Amino acid sequence: MPTTTIDNHEIHVDDEGFMTQYDEWTEDLGTVLAAQIGIEMSDEHWKAIRFLRSDFPEHGETATLRRVATVGGIPTKQLFTLFPKKPAKKMAYVAGLPKPRGCV
Amino acid sequence: MTTTQSAPIIPSFDEEETGRTLAIICSKGNLDMAYPGLILANAALGEGIETHLFFTFWGFDMINKKTMGDLKFTMLGNTATHMPQGLGGLPGMTAMATHQMKKSIEEIGVPEVPEFLQQIVDSGGHLWACRMSADMQHLEEADLYDEVEGIISASDFIEKTDGAQLLFI
Repeated sequence: MPTTTIDNHEIHVDDEGFMTQYDEWTEDLGTVLAAQIGIEMSDEHWKAIRFLRSDFPEHGETATLRRVATVGGIPTKQLFTLFPKKPAKKMAYVAGLPKPRGCV
Repeated sequence: MTTTQSAPIIPSFDEEETGRTLAIICSKGNLDMAYPGLILANAALGEGIETHLFFTFWGFDMINKKTMGDLKFTMLGNTATHMPQGLGGLPGMTAMATHQMKKSIEEIGVPEVPEFLQQIVDSGGHLWACRMSADMQHLEEADLYDEVEGIISASDFIEKTDGAQLLFI
């Protein structure tokens, strides 16, 4: 597993750059990660990221788009607006979580 | 082995604009044949790929308001159930098999067909109905799921999906 330094934090990531250690993440780091993929965080963005963060330990895996929509209460359309093109992967990246495994 | 990168590793989410398009032709109306197209469409949309679904022949059942919430799964002619074929013909077996499949699908958090179509549309997917199937079944746009964009001919669909990768299900 490579490590990388972002914003003076040394973090563990996978080959694509997704963080692998849940506890190494902070909201400040999330802001930096988002900026790297061209996203400026707003309250709506945070709502989605906080849901992903709180759901992960309970559920044991990264929430799929559908789960963010149905359980997290953020409509699918909005997720595509907030995190264009690849919302599930982008959210997982910003939240410091693995890519979602689920098909739907 | 741990390697430390000096430059941060950033996933290449939008790096190359491939212009990739996926066209999925849904021609079956059985419950088990409805899902592969829906799941693949949903996955493609989640990857930022332009996706069009064309409902034709029995696939029309997936967008017909009267039938879309009530697709069925039958064991008949399906050896993948690994049950004696004769069983599938007994009264009530289709209802039972359908119920069982719906339950399994729900358990893994996958929506029923109408809700799944809505999710696909919300993700930017396009739904098209086949002109010939509509004529055969004497159906009009009002009879179809509201999010269907139009009833179009097969050649219109081929035109719309110029250069697309195609899946026939």
